[in-house]
Amino acid sequence: MIPLLAFNDNGIYCEQANVYLDPWKPVKNAIITHGHADHSRWGHQNYMTHISNVPIIKHRLGDINVTGKEWNESFTINNVKFSLHPAGHIIGSSQIRVEYKGEVWVFTGDYKTEDDGVSVPYEVVKCNTFITECTFGLPAFKWTPQAEVMCNINNWWAENKADKKTSILFGYSLGKAQRLLKHLDANIGTIYTHGAIENMTNIIRPMVELPPTTLITRETKKEDLLGNIVLAPPSAHGSTWIRKMTPFVTGTASGWMAFRGARRRRAIDKGFVLSDHCDWFALLESIKATGAEKIICTHGYTEVFSRYLRELGYDARTEKTQYEGELTENEKVADSEII
Amino acid sequence: MKNFATLIKQLDSSNKTSVKVEALTAYFCTASPEDKVWTIAILSHRRPPRPVNTTLLRIWANELANIPMWLFEESYHIVGDLAETIALIIPASNQHSDKSLSEFLQEIIQLKKKTDDEKRSYLQKNWLTLNYYERFVFTKLITGSFRIGVSQKLMTRALAKAENLDEDILAYKLMGNWDPNKISFQELVLDEKSSDYLSKPYPFYLAYPIDGEVSNLGNVEDWAVEHKWDGIRSQTIIRDNQLFVWSRGEELVTDKYPEFQSFIHVIPSGTVIDAEILVFANNNIGTFNDLQARIGRKTVSANLLKNNPVILKAYDLLEWQGEDIRNQPYEHRRLLLEALYKNIQHHNIPFHLSERKTCNSWQEVENERMLAREMRSEGLMLKRKDSTYQVGRKKGSWWKWKLEPLVIDAVLTYAMRGSGRRTNLFTDYTFALWQNNENGERELVTFAKAYSGLTDAEFRKVDNFIKKNTIDKFGPVRSVKPQLVFEIGFEGISLSKRHKSGIATRFPRIMRWRQDKKIEEANTIDDLKDMIV
Repeated sequence: MIPLLAFNDNGIYCEQANVYLDPWKPVKNAIITHGHADHSRWGHQNYMTHISNVPIIKHRLGDINVTGKEWNESFTINNVKFSLHPAGHIIGSSQIRVEYKGEVWVFTGDYKTEDDGVSVPYEVVKCNTFITECTFGLPAFKWTPQAEVMCNINNWWAENKADKKTSILFGYSLGKAQRLLKHLDANIGTIYTHGAIENMTNIIRPMVELPPTTLITRETKKEDLLGNIVLAPPSAHGSTWIRKMTPFVTGTASGWMAFRGARRRRAIDKGFVLSDHCDWFALLESIKATGAEKIICTHGYTEVFSRYLRELGYDARTEKTQYEGELTENEKVADSEII
Repeated sequence: MKNFATLIKQLDSSNKTSVKVEALTAYFCTASPEDKVWTIAILSHRRPPRPVNTTLLRIWANELANIPMWLFEESYHIVGDLAETIALIIPASNQHSDKSLSEFLQEIIQLKKKTDDEKRSYLQKNWLTLNYYERFVFTKLITGSFRIGVSQKLMTRALAKAENLDEDILAYKLMGNWDPNKISFQELVLDEKSSDYLSKPYPFYLAYPIDGEVSNLGNVEDWAVEHKWDGIRSQTIIRDNQLFVWSRGEELVTDKYPEFQSFIHVIPSGTVIDAEILVFANNNIGTFNDLQARIGRKTVSANLLKNNPVILKAYDLLEWQGEDIRNQPYEHRRLLLEALYKNIQHHNIPFHLSERKTCNSWQEVENERMLAREMRSEGLMLKRKDSTYQVGRKKGSWWKWKLEPLVIDAVLTYAMRGSGRRTNLFTDYTFALWQNNENGERELVTFAKAYSGLTDAEFRKVDNFIKKNTIDKFGPVRSVKPQLVFEIGFEGISLSKRHKSGIATRFPRIMRWRQDKKIEEANTIDDLKDMIV
C-alpha cells in the first residue's frame, strides 16, 4: 500500500491528491508551512498556505499564484482532507494535517510550543503519523522562558546604553526579528533596523502590533545610534555596514547560543539562548500529546532523536529532506536576502 | 563560587582582550585573598589533581539526567566538552550555594581520598545546588583543562593593574613551583624581593613578512641576511651568576632547558641574548616536531635530554656588561655577539651563532633563500645593518622572507567535528590523493589531516556539504562523498612507514578551496613522492 505521504526527490508527496508539502524542487501543487526559504521555495505553479503567510511569501518570492487558508479550514483534493493548524514557529507558520480514509498524518514544518506573543500558539493535533522536525533534539537543549530571556536582553541594552555604546542584536529577519522587536523595551531608546528587517517587519505590521522602528539609511549618523539598539540579520555580522557603528556591542539570539563554542565561533559579545524551535522536552511532550504511534524525523539531530524515540517504544525513523532548521541560519540569510 | 563563575562567564562571552582584562581586574579588586590565589593558580594551569575519573563522572551525571548512556555520549560528541555537556544535561535546580571558590577547591582536594560512594553523593549534591554556569565551572575544576581564552600573560596584566604592580616583575613572581594550598596572597604577589628585578627581560622585536619584491628594500649592502630558524624565539639572561630563559610568549622557561645552565660559568654576568632554541642532535638541526617534545614537558627526563638535546642559536645581543645596548646599531651589536662567541667557542656549551650570509646582490639573497630547506630553516631574515632593537612588531628594519609552502591538490574524504569555538562544526578534515591499486584501478588514498586555513564562512559551507553528503559514520568520524578539492600546503615531506600513503608531511594546512577543480583533477601519491628532495 502506498503511504499517504511519501518522501521523494522533490519533497513530501501525497500521491492520492497530487500535492507536495514544502517541496524543495519546483512542482505543480505545493502546500507551504511557513515563509522561511528552506520551506517555501521558488518555482511552484500553485502555492497554498495560511492567509497570514501569503503576504510574506509574496514579498519573498514575487508574483506567485497563491491561495490563503484559515486555521482549521479543511479543503478536500481527490478525497484527501487537508487543514492547517498553528505551529507557533513564526507568524503564519502551520502544521499540515492530512486525512484519508480515517488515517491522519501531521507534518509540523518547524514549530515551537512556547507562546512567543507574535505567532498564533502551537496547537496539538491528534494523528497516527507525526512528521516532526528535531533541530534541537538533544538533551543538552533546554530553553529558559521567553520572559526571562527578553528581560536579559533589555537589561543588556540598558547597560550598553549606560556605557554609551550602540547595541547590535542579530536575529533572522523573518520571525526572530519581529519576536525580539515585540518584546524590546522601547522606553530604553530607539529601535533601529537593517533594511531586510525593516521590509519584512512592514509586511507583518498589519497583522501584529509592534513597536515603532527606524530604518538605518545613509543619512543616519552613528551618533544618533549611540545608546540605541539596532536589529540586524546575522549575515550583517562583520560587514562594513556594522563597523561604521563603532562603539558597539553585539548580541545574537539563537538556540545555538546554548553552546559556548557556538558563541565563541561567531565572535559575538553576548549570546542569548532564544529559539523558534522546540527544545528537548518540548519535542518529547508534543510528540506524546499527538497520540501518534509512527514518528518520522525530518531535520536536526534526526538519527539520535529517532533512536531515543524507538527506545521509548515509538515506531520512529528518519527521512532525508532539504530543510535546515536553525542549523545554517547564517547561510540561509546570506542566500535569500539582499536588501 | 558565584563571583568566580561570573568572572568565567564574562571571560567566555567576549573576544576582546580589553574586556577580558577589565573583567579580571574588577574580579581581583574584590575577591578574597584566598580566592585570588586559587584563581591565579587555575589560570596558570595549577589545578589540584583530578579526584574522579571521567567514566564515573559521566555515569553519575547521567544518573541525574536520567537518559541512556549512549545518548549522553552522542550529546558529548556534539557539545565537544565534557564539563559543558554535564552542566547542560543535568536538570536545573532551585537551590543555591554560597560556598567560595577556595572552599570548593579544598573539598575537591579532600575528595580524592574518599570512597566512590562518598564521591558520588558529593558530586550529585553539588551539581544540584549550582546554577548552569556554576555547575559548568565546578565540573571544569574537576575534569581539568580550563581553556577559556585567557593566557597567563593576560591574567598577569590584570592582576598587575588591580594591585598596581609592575607586570614583568609580577610574571616572574608567579613562575615556578608554588602550592596554592600553602602560599598566601601576600607572599605570592605583594612581598617585595630584590631578586624579582634580576630576571626582567626586554620586549621582543618582531618582524613582518616581506610584501612585494625584495629588491624594493634598496641597497643589498645595507642589509644583513640570516636564516630564519624554526624553533622557539627566546631571550636568555645571565645576571648575577643566574640564568633566566624567557620564551616569546614572555613565559619563563628556564627549567625546561637545563642544558643552558652551563652558560653561567662561561658567559659573563650582565649579558642578554636574543636567540632561537633548536633541537640539535648528531650535528643536525632537528625538526620542530623534535622540539615539541621539549616544549610540553615541565620536568625533563634524562632520556629526553639525550634524544632531543637543545642548543641556543644566537642572533642578537641586547645587554652587554650590564648595559642596555638596544639603541646601538645592529652591526655593532652583532660584532659584540660574534666576539663573545669567538671567546667562548672552545667551551663545550650548547651555544651556536646564527651566521650572517654575505650576499652581493638580491639575486644572491634569493639563491640563499632557496637553500632554506637544506639548511633546515624556514627562509631568511633581513635586518637593516643600522637598525636599533625595537619593541614589538614594527615595519621597516626587520623582515622575514619565508619559503613558499609545498602545495598539492587533494580530495576531502573524512571529517570530524572540531572542539572549542568549532564545536558542532565539521572542521577537522582528512585528505586523499589518487593511486593505482593492484588491479590498476584509481583509488583515493589518505595522506594528511588539516584543520586550518579556511575562513569561518568557508568552514560553514564545507560543514553544510558534509552534513548533506555523509556516506557513513564511524563514531565521531564521517566518511564524505568525494567531491570537494582543496589545495593543501605543507612545510616539509619525508617517507614514513606509519602512514598509509607512505609519506609524512609537516604542518599540512588548507591553502584554498579549489572550487574550480573536479576530483579527477586532484594530484596523485606519485606527484607527492616527486617532491621529496
